[in-house]
Amino acid sequence: MAPIPKSHPMADLTSPEALISANGLTKTFPSPRGTLTALDNITFSLKEGSITGLIGPDGAGKTTLMRLLAGLLLPDSGEIRIMGNNPSRDPLSVQGSIGYMPQKFGLYEDLSVQENLDLYADLQGVPRNRRKELYAPLLSMTALSPFGKRLAGQLSGGMKQKLGVACSLVHQPPILLLDEPTVGVDPVSRRELWEILRKLVRESRSTLFVSTSYLDEAERCDEILILYNGKILGSGTPESFRKEVAGHGYRAETPGQSPRIVEPTLSLLPGVVDTVLEGSTIRIVMGGDTPPTFSESLGEIILKSVPPRFEDAFMSRIKKITNATPKLISIDRLYPRQSRNKNNKNGSPYAIEVENLVRDFGSFRAVDNLSFHVRKGEVFGLLGANGAGKTTTFRILSGLLAPTGGKLVVAGENVRRAAAHARQSIGYMAQKFSLYSQLTVFQNLTFYSSAYGLSGTQQKEKIQDSLIFFELEPYRNVSSGILPLGFRQRLALSCALIHEPSILFLDEPTSGVDPNARREFWHIINALATVGVSVLVTTHFMEEAEYCDRLLIMAQGALLAMGSPSEIKEKTKSPRIPDPSLEDAFVSLLSDFKKTQGDQK
Amino acid sequence: MSQPSVHSSLSSKVNRVRALVYKESLQIVRDPSSLAIAFVLPFVLLLIFGYGVSLDASHVPIAIVQDSRTPASEGFIASLRNSRWFTPRPYPDIHDAIDALKRQDVEGILWLRENFGRGIESFHNAPIHVVVDGVDDNTARLVEGYLNNTWQTWLTLRNQRERLASRLPIELQARIWFNPDNRSRDFLIPGLIAVIMTLIGALLTALVIAREWERGTMESLFVTPVSIGEILIGKFIPYFVLGMSGMALSVLMSHFLFEVPLRGSIFALTITSSLFLTSALGMGLLISTAAKNQFVAGQIAIVFTFLPAFILSGFIFDIHSMPSLIQAITHIIPASYFVTILQSVFLAGDIPGVIIPNSVALALFSVFLFALIRRISRKRIE
Repeated sequence: MAPIPKSHPMADLTSPEALISANGLTKTFPSPRGTLTALDNITFSLKEGSITGLIGPDGAGKTTLMRLLAGLLLPDSGEIRIMGNNPSRDPLSVQGSIGYMPQKFGLYEDLSVQENLDLYADLQGVPRNRRKELYAPLLSMTALSPFGKRLAGQLSGGMKQKLGVACSLVHQPPILLLDEPTVGVDPVSRRELWEILRKLVRESRSTLFVSTSYLDEAERCDEILILYNGKILGSGTPESFRKEVAGHGYRAETPGQSPRIVEPTLSLLPGVVDTVLEGSTIRIVMGGDTPPTFSESLGEIILKSVPPRFEDAFMSRIKKITNATPKLISIDRLYPRQSRNKNNKNGSPYAIEVENLVRDFGSFRAVDNLSFHVRKGEVFGLLGANGAGKTTTFRILSGLLAPTGGKLVVAGENVRRAAAHARQSIGYMAQKFSLYSQLTVFQNLTFYSSAYGLSGTQQKEKIQDSLIFFELEPYRNVSSGILPLGFRQRLALSCALIHEPSILFLDEPTSGVDPNARREFWHIINALATVGVSVLVTTHFMEEAEYCDRLLIMAQGALLAMGSPSEIKEKTKSPRIPDPSLEDAFVSLLSDFKKTQGDQK
Repeated sequence: MSQPSVHSSLSSKVNRVRALVYKESLQIVRDPSSLAIAFVLPFVLLLIFGYGVSLDASHVPIAIVQDSRTPASEGFIASLRNSRWFTPRPYPDIHDAIDALKRQDVEGILWLRENFGRGIESFHNAPIHVVVDGVDDNTARLVEGYLNNTWQTWLTLRNQRERLASRLPIELQARIWFNPDNRSRDFLIPGLIAVIMTLIGALLTALVIAREWERGTMESLFVTPVSIGEILIGKFIPYFVLGMSGMALSVLMSHFLFEVPLRGSIFALTITSSLFLTSALGMGLLISTAAKNQFVAGQIAIVFTFLPAFILSGFIFDIHSMPSLIQAITHIIPASYFVTILQSVFLAGDIPGVIIPNSVALALFSVFLFALIRRISRKRIE
């Protein structure tokens, strides 16, 4: 058996060996399309007393790596050492010295906060007389002290996540593995969790390994390990990544033209690695120090240099290995102009009109007197913390849920009277993949087009156009359940668009998708917007929010703020944060709201 | 704190199992669906089988056709009328009676021919003509049997009355042992207990473990120093207690509500039930090693444990009247051994010749299942 630290493992820091190291780690899984290589010859070691971020899109192999470290999976080849032990051969020794939080938090929903803590303390063999002193800092750090008796199932998403962390910390493990702790959690809760993690490292010198698909979270780590398609694409401090791309970033303003229309052209210019919409401006990343040059035909473009960020480096690296440039796609073939105008029966400039919308569930008011308008061809974002009423609003707008009160007009139809009619002009893409995973790409498209009444040559042409437009032709006869995530998303979108709706609802459309695929996805959305399709999107992704023309931020069912991304940022400018990011703005708006709520009480 | 030596000591093992059992108990108490399967379902099943389902026939409508009225025929019909099995309905001739049978107004026809009276007088025996509706095979056989029974009884009484008993050299005296009232309830309810314990032991256990996989709690448990054996014991103990409670409820209900006799001892009942419940839990735990979501777990548990316990255990359908292939299959169904034990403990008493061999079979099942589970269970996700 491997040497075992005799005293508290933290005392063993002098060991020359790294706390966690992996050498030539490979893991494959059998899959319907042959062997799937989840991890391909991975070698790394973690720095003690720091937070290392494992950054990569869904399907990169993050969860597989976490499970290998925790001794839940056996590697095909390669070796892992955790404090001198090998989790594959001696999992129990490793499992006593690590804290681990799986993606679903691993909480017992019908047990209270206190009972969950007690259970994990018992299983980890924490002596009863030490518990009080151990629990106190955990509960105060996670702000869960007042909720000891509440069932875990009745906690909000953010609180569950904090309780999950607390449960994995009851035995004061020197190492903490967190598998995507912030997925599906609103920005405020995400920020709070990161503060907890930072405090943990600062005060107890723990070593944290945190996986995430949010690129902006990379900046909060001490060290970064990029995992992409089962391989390590790079490692280092956020600073070292930023240095790589220092001076490569620009912000372009396009007065007189919609950035939505200019952006696809810019993305194809020579030397450009990445372009992305940021409110009314375009962020451009170059492959080197030379600034982009624009031809006269693009119109006036004002260029400003911007400081580098991690995402720029990430995109530069991905572009080197994928070599895929976003293509300019002709939307006109897929979306003939006449169909776009078919719903413009009335002269109203609005696609969606909501006035004083109210929805009650029993005594609980989920949507409270909400009013907003979405213009035709506008990309409109719905933001809010978990439980703010976004999903309810979405369901009411799509006619799935009846409102308690208020006026609701979608595509010129009163949803309360003609929900079925209004639904004809709505395309809906759910957050979870909601197509038939056993059916092939072609069968799914056939089913959805038939469901919307297409038949004969018209249907055949429509399906063929969709396959080409969304670049799904190579996957035509592949079961949709085993498509790569990015392509599944495209298929879902193509099915949502098959009846050429004039309004598109997107519920967290690109959460977890790799940034490259997200950009391609948004190119399609932008193209749809330019031909007059109105897009309503909910998201926790601040980057996605930047793509929107206007945003509505909800809190407790009511409107908290509305305006363009730059207007919202402007609102929260303060001496402390002179140039707030959208996330800063969002967090500060919500905490102000919570304060006033508290004052009223 | 994290030395393996600490984690592998007996007291820390006991502490972890205790924590798991406590956790499971809290979940059982708070989760209405667990309690429903453990107590409400048995309660409802017992009520249905106790009051609703009866394999006995009573007050069966039967057509009576008399070609000629004689004192003897009137006497026999009167005895039919007095029995609780029949409701006689007179029809003027056999054609009307056949029509009534076709309309299913009656379940059978009793035709007393012209020579009935004469036959009785001269030979002290007479032919009677019985037609039964074979659509419902079970009722048909019962009607036939009851009619025969009534006829024999009436004949015997008549012969005794006329002091002519000596003329009948052989006489059938049927007596049903162990269930003298011939109430189907008395043998259905003991069998039902086997079904109820299968539900709790196999279905409920497989479901709750699949739920742990679905909610990701199993993954969290796995990354603690708890061993797979401790996890299995932590599941076994609470559901064993729950199963025995369901059993106790069923016994109490059957005894006090349905007045099913319990001729054997509580001791024998407890021991044999424990053995059976162990094998049922073994099946539930085995299913849960394969089924990681509740839907699949439920399907497997119903097809491989609940339905066999219902259909192939001898609980409703007699094993001896099954085709030989099916009879062979019943040998690998633990419930069939337990149903035999239960029916005998309730209705006949502690008969070692029945209890011991069947208990040995149950014990072998339990040992086999748990050895298999221990062999294939890994504290891994794969």
